Amino acid sequence: MDFQVVVLAGGTSKNLTPLVSKEVPKPLLPVANRPVLYYVLHQLEQSNLKDLIVVVEGKDAALLVGGWISGTFVDRLHVEIAAVPEDIGSAGAIRAISHHLTANDILVVSGDLVSDVPPGAVAANHRRHDAVVTAMLCSVPISGPSESGSSGGKDKTKKPGRYNIIGLDPGKQFLLHIATGAEIEKDTRLQKRILRAVGEMEIRSDLMDAHMYAFKRSVLQEVLDRKDTLQSLKQDVLPYLVRSQLKSEALSNRIPRAEENGNEKVSSQNNQVMVSQILANASTPSFHDLCSVSHDGSAPIRKTHKCCAYIASSSSYCARLNSIQAFMDINRDVTGEADHLLSSISDHNNIVGPSTKLGTKTTVGPHCMLGEGSEMGDKCQVKRSVIGRHCRIGSHVKVVNSVVMNHVTIGDGCIIQGSVICSNVQLQERVVLKDCQVGAGFVVTAGSEYKGESLARKEK
Amino acid sequence: MDARRVTRAVPRVRQVGFFTPNAPPEQPGPVRSQSGPPNSNSPPLSGSPASNSLSPVMIPPPRHLSDNLGARTGAVPVPGRANAGDHATVGSYNPADSVLGLESPPPTRIGDGESSEETESSLGWYRRNNPAKFASSFPGGGFDLSPVKQPEIVSGVEAKNQPPEKNEVQKGQASSSKPSKAKTTKAERRALQESQRAAKAASKAEANKSGGGAASSKTVKQPSQKKDAPPVASSVATSERIGVDRPAEKERKKDVPPPRMQFDDESRVGKAKRRSVLNQTEARNSIELFRHLPPHKNGTQLPYLESKFFELHDKHPAVYKVGLQYLTGDLSGGNARCIAMLQAFQEAIRDYSTPPEKTLIRDLTSKIGGFVSFLIECRPLSMSMGNAIRFLKSRIAKLPPILSESEAKAALCSDIDRFINEKIVLADKVIVRHAATKIRDGDVLLTYGSSCVVEMILLYAHELGKQFRVVVVDSRPMLEGKKLLRRLVAKGLSCTYTHLNAISYIMHEVTRVLLGASSILSNGTVYSRVGTASVAMVAYAYRVPVLICCEAYKFHERVQLDSICFNELGDPDAIAKVPGRVDVNYLDNLSDKQKENLKLLNLKYDATPSDYISMIVTDYGMIPPTSVPVIVREYRKEYLLI
Repeated sequence: MDFQVVVLAGGTSKNLTPLVSKEVPKPLLPVANRPVLYYVLHQLEQSNLKDLIVVVEGKDAALLVGGWISGTFVDRLHVEIAAVPEDIGSAGAIRAISHHLTANDILVVSGDLVSDVPPGAVAANHRRHDAVVTAMLCSVPISGPSESGSSGGKDKTKKPGRYNIIGLDPGKQFLLHIATGAEIEKDTRLQKRILRAVGEMEIRSDLMDAHMYAFKRSVLQEVLDRKDTLQSLKQDVLPYLVRSQLKSEALSNRIPRAEENGNEKVSSQNNQVMVSQILANASTPSFHDLCSVSHDGSAPIRKTHKCCAYIASSSSYCARLNSIQAFMDINRDVTGEADHLLSSISDHNNIVGPSTKLGTKTTVGPHCMLGEGSEMGDKCQVKRSVIGRHCRIGSHVKVVNSVVMNHVTIGDGCIIQGSVICSNVQLQERVVLKDCQVGAGFVVTAGSEYKGESLARKEK
Repeated sequence: MDARRVTRAVPRVRQVGFFTPNAPPEQPGPVRSQSGPPNSNSPPLSGSPASNSLSPVMIPPPRHLSDNLGARTGAVPVPGRANAGDHATVGSYNPADSVLGLESPPPTRIGDGESSEETESSLGWYRRNNPAKFASSFPGGGFDLSPVKQPEIVSGVEAKNQPPEKNEVQKGQASSSKPSKAKTTKAERRALQESQRAAKAASKAEANKSGGGAASSKTVKQPSQKKDAPPVASSVATSERIGVDRPAEKERKKDVPPPRMQFDDESRVGKAKRRSVLNQTEARNSIELFRHLPPHKNGTQLPYLESKFFELHDKHPAVYKVGLQYLTGDLSGGNARCIAMLQAFQEAIRDYSTPPEKTLIRDLTSKIGGFVSFLIECRPLSMSMGNAIRFLKSRIAKLPPILSESEAKAALCSDIDRFINEKIVLADKVIVRHAATKIRDGDVLLTYGSSCVVEMILLYAHELGKQFRVVVVDSRPMLEGKKLLRRLVAKGLSCTYTHLNAISYIMHEVTRVLLGASSILSNGTVYSRVGTASVAMVAYAYRVPVLICCEAYKFHERVQLDSICFNELGDPDAIAKVPGRVDVNYLDNLSDKQKENLKLLNLKYDATPSDYISMIVTDYGMIPPTSVPVIVREYRKEYLLI
């Protein structure tokens, strides 16, 4: 279908420390015991997209990710791994791999997207409108654990500013305005020109940009070449394209078509005009067309381009793993309400690995996941939690609303609530953790209590 | 009235064309052998004046308004036949009839609905004509009428309840028994039909073998409708009913556009479901009478098709895009759809490369066939598109095998370009020239909907400096007229905008009616946007000339008497909603039970009888509607030979 797919997997994100580290870059962060990148790649594979470019920040991370992909999707996917330097932003990443891009349209997906929205829908919408960019919008996920009201103390300060303001046309087809993240702290400016052209704008703050975009390649490359300052696709490129949609400077839309015409008889030029006239009259003109045509109906005076939006239906699941809170939420949802993202689920609404050993009187509640090879002692309780592979958990341990990664040792009598415990962590006896993040390899001494803290090994 | 009705039947007779009147040995052919006991049929057949009086070489039917010719056509069928024909057309054209059909399921319609206003003989005729529309267009036409004229063979009602074997023996009688039992109650008929259906299913093989089709079509109307079509279709090469074993006329087969699905035929729908790209929705909650039409797909199908985007490799992106545009209604209008489709095919052909061990001609044909069926799933094709596809396929088939792949592709691309340029663009220019001569200063021109040719005509006449006024008539739910209006006003024409409801008021001041068409059929019927027929009818009543502007590539040899058997269903919800009026939502919050009682019908096309049309402006000149068959004949020959 003439689409190329670029997965921006990211590298070691600062938002997610201490969960990510050199050994576990963000794409490999386990969500329900699978690296988060798996969900994107699986979704793409389901849509029959087998040729992918995965862009990873940092060489080491690229090696790790490459190793994992080749191990998991042995020959089902044909993946090129591209390593780009860190901190060049998503726009910089596209710039760096620009020479690999050849297809007409590019689908750019963020590697931390956990969603069941078919990418084909975005692509089809893009094609149908012949748009320059199509962004997938989804409803903002309900954040925070639904049962216990307490959320991560660290994120509390961030959350209020973390919404988007998105302007749509009445038909909900075109993006008229987009402001994301921090910009909202200031006042938002709407463009009068766009507003005048459309007549009516719907402003929504319950939608967020899911970071799945379809771009027209020629335009994307041109914009990236001309504007060196653009750093991020989400915060710079997309708003730029949306802003300039009625006074498009960069567009070479018409050029390929003109070439095609040039190959044919020049005498038929007149007929071509008429044919395009017929086609234009037949379709409902969007405000772009109306705006580009001067009032006497003669040749277009202004170049325009279309920025479309694909709004995922409310029944589909869509979330981005870009904060610790999101990590917790996604873990909860993937084992819970969005369990169709995982292929297998047992009758009890939980997944217990085949070689897990459970002690007597140990209960595993619904929406839980226990990785294979884990051992649990007697009288343990696990509720709405994910426990990784080869963990050793003692007796009288309570794990609620938490994520425990692989090879974790938990001593007797520990109570863990709303926490993330990374791989190779050792919790000695009677540790009480509430809303904590424990970095990889950390050792929590016996009897200590922590609340809302982030524990990590000091860098050597 | 009578004279006119008869002339409309004439083109159907014309299609017979292939038999000689004095050759009974030929005539029985496929039809006679299937049509049951010869003793009941042959007397009327041999005596059938219609078959005797027809000459083998048929002359295009004359314009009905010219008196002397009209008299002659009137004379072609002898009085008896003319009478029957009259009834027949009443049966299938009567507006009252179709209204009745809307309200009640077919069995009732046929039963008491008809009997109340028509003679029993006409009823009998109609019932047979209904299952197989084409029955009247082949030699069997004479035979079909026979029982009508022989009411004395009528046997009891109980003949219908006989087991199928007996049914077959008594075909003739059973069929003619029909009229007499028109008084049975609805429930009785229902039970009867059920039992027959069961019996029919049991003895299907036998029935097929003995060709009971024609006969059972008389006794069992609805279920057998499809099954008895094939024998009929095989004798009428131009018909497009669902082809089951078509005779091996290869050339013919290529020419025949893809057969139409009857969506109330469960077995076929099931088959189609399996191979289709989209998952077909059930034809639930639609009007009984229109259940054979493909259900409207937008809304339910779009998300599905979108999610499948990357899985349909075999569909070229350009084709896919066009399909999506059809589905969502982004692209409408006969010419534009046809051009878009052809351009998509052109792109697909450019990107095409023959797979190893296959020949271009065969593989490309099947590929194009795949595209076409995809497009049909998105939205049923218009007849003009069918013609264009036929053209393209014949061009592919006729490619000389010595051509290299690139040469062949280039040839096809230039062929497509030529088709677009000659058949659409140049044709439009010629039509514009012709029609502009008919516009005089001070005229008030009325147009309906949005036709691109009519728009060009108006603009051209305006450029010529003619002083005229335009009335744009529009109708819900499409409101296409607004788009046209906007463009006309932008060019400085003085316009009046009104809706179809007010047509009779505005018609006083109108001097000419210019209408576009989706297709023109060989009996002069104009198949166009729904509402056109009313406009034409009102214009006729007010003695305002109606000019239909239509390119010749939209002409089709099919004959259609009503807009029921072939039509397109639009989005049923569109008519329940009023754009911009959220408060008009009386139909929104119905309970499920209420919804069951409510059936919405949004038809897209209607058929305008040729009576209401004064002239057709086409690229071959301005012709009366009766001359359409000439154009169809000549034109087809031409574009197959390009």
